[in-house]
Amino acid sequence: MPKSLFEKVWDAHAVRTLANGQTQLLIGTHLIHEVTSPQAFGMVRDLGLKVVMPHRTFATVDHIVPTDQFVEPYSDPLAQAMMDELRKNCAEFGITFFDRATGKQGIVHIVGPEQGITQPGTTIACGDSHTSTHGAFGAVAFGIGTTQIRDVLATQTMALGKLKVRRINVTGKLQPGVYAKDVILHIIRVLGVNGGTGYAYEYAGEVFDRFSMEERMTVCNMSIEGGARAGYVNPDQTTFEYLKGRPYSPKGAAWDAAVERWAGFASDAGCHYDDIVTMDAADIAPTVTWGINPGQGISINETIPDPALATAVDEKASIEEALAYMKLTPGAPIKGTKINVAFLGSCTNGRLSDFQEVAKFLKGRKVAAGVKAIAVPGSQIVALQCEKLGLDKILAEAGFEWRAAGCSMCLAMNPDKLIGDQLCASSSNRNFKGRQGSTTGRTILMSPLMVAAAAVTGSVADAREVFSVSSH
Amino acid sequence: MALEKITHVTGRGVSIPGNDIDTDRIIPARFMKCVTFDGLGEFLFYDVRKNADGTDRPHPLNDPRFKGATLLLSGANFGCGSSREHAPQAIQKYGFKTIIAENFAEIFFGNCTTLGVPCATASRTDIAKIAAAIEADPQTEVVVDVAKQEIRWGGQTVPAVVRADALDGLVNGRWDAIAELLDGAAAVQTKAVTLPYLAA
Repeated sequence: MPKSLFEKVWDAHAVRTLANGQTQLLIGTHLIHEVTSPQAFGMVRDLGLKVVMPHRTFATVDHIVPTDQFVEPYSDPLAQAMMDELRKNCAEFGITFFDRATGKQGIVHIVGPEQGITQPGTTIACGDSHTSTHGAFGAVAFGIGTTQIRDVLATQTMALGKLKVRRINVTGKLQPGVYAKDVILHIIRVLGVNGGTGYAYEYAGEVFDRFSMEERMTVCNMSIEGGARAGYVNPDQTTFEYLKGRPYSPKGAAWDAAVERWAGFASDAGCHYDDIVTMDAADIAPTVTWGINPGQGISINETIPDPALATAVDEKASIEEALAYMKLTPGAPIKGTKINVAFLGSCTNGRLSDFQEVAKFLKGRKVAAGVKAIAVPGSQIVALQCEKLGLDKILAEAGFEWRAAGCSMCLAMNPDKLIGDQLCASSSNRNFKGRQGSTTGRTILMSPLMVAAAAVTGSVADAREVFSVSSH
Repeated sequence: MALEKITHVTGRGVSIPGNDIDTDRIIPARFMKCVTFDGLGEFLFYDVRKNADGTDRPHPLNDPRFKGATLLLSGANFGCGSSREHAPQAIQKYGFKTIIAENFAEIFFGNCTTLGVPCATASRTDIAKIAAAIEADPQTEVVVDVAKQEIRWGGQTVPAVVRADALDGLVNGRWDAIAELLDGAAAVQTKAVTLPYLAA
């Protein structure tokens, strides 16, 4: 019987059915970071347990690391304590730690793929909701809580109910200046922030066939913002080419065997989907959020929703709440909204291709007066790649501060924060109230090139106009 | 490790209305700079509950009438966003024993269940009825009957749903899966050898 990738991976990792009907699922790859793991190690110790497969857990540090301070101790003693705790736990339990000194540190969802740890047909868990990123490789990847981190450390498994699968086809061709970020913001806008509850999203269609691995990662990354616990793209030649030669990728004869095995995990033609949604790439424009969740998005040429025109009571209340927080005017164009901060980076858009695309258009341009602009590579390796290509200089000359790798202003657990009600044009993934570190700070999510356009003009702008994208 | 069989939760309630209440709002990220979950209760809903200077803002949790409530009522998609277990930990450590909402974000739901905090789904109309009863009399005793899948208060009964796997875990005292997962160790090893990428 034809099966989807999700079912194949699930079946290959299902250990047994538990008393409550859930599945004991083997988690082949476990990624950890400093924020959600210390309590889990504490639980493992308290229960007198051990880490059963230490070679299948990989650690890095990302949320709390300052992006402008390299020497420890960090000025924030709490951040230093978390760093020390992770170091201690990894040493005690024999876990590989991509610490800053290794030159391989970075945001966990960027490090896994670039090391070749993230592979097709595998199960991956990490105490971070953006673990869905790894689905770009045809892995089934779950964000988990700390108690489940304990479960994975102590048993290499977790208890989970099987998800349904929704296939999302994006057909046709994206217009110039429309990016992977716009695709996922559009999908979430259409299907809603909880439309994916109970589902894994399988992204497919011509747009995904053509996408690079980095573009696929951007989309899968934000699956959780649509309520889907996991999101994936079937592995293909693009996937295998990306993985070839990476540190943890199989080598020699094992490589050929792995590619054959990986290819076999792709969804079979005619397999069952619990739901299928099809969208036309031509309908997707550069998309920006106007509200306080990632589903509150509009295309750059639309106007800000007016609660008076809302059809449902709920919708009216949520628009009013969002506009009151965002200090935006109903019915006004979103284009031209003044910004204070421009943030390039995060596990959504902190990869080499993101900075390449921005640098291509930013060369010779200047960040508008009064705008604070920061560019934060997602990993030390991304930073090095950018620096070798001179992208850091192009960005710096334009007026972006070039920082060190970390989560930075995506969630502000480090010194990079908004101040007061600053408005940030951000390539990150969440525009929740207070998300970027100020209780009144405001976030507009958009693609990296749209962030660059906002930085240059000092307001939310259409990158296609600012940079004459179509003529390039 | 015997766990409590959570068949029902009885207590007074407080309503925190709204849809899409995310885990950043439940506990802002800066309070996650910690290596234990101790003391997280005091930071629950901090930024909507407190002014910058630490004084109280108008918020249901600051309303003395609802002091000591153990049932939290809210709207749709409660607990969306970050997977941080700090959110349910803060809710539990603040003193809540159960949450009633229209529906829950997936990771949050799992995190709560694993801590023995039942997440019961009820209709918007029924949640509004319970909220109205609590508002009229904050001393109203509400029973979330996990086993019977219903919520009762002041002579009224409405249906509630606790998803089947969570229901089984709660009422049978196996909401924390660790013991059962450890029991499967031999089966895990058998499975692991079939997966080449797990080889040491």
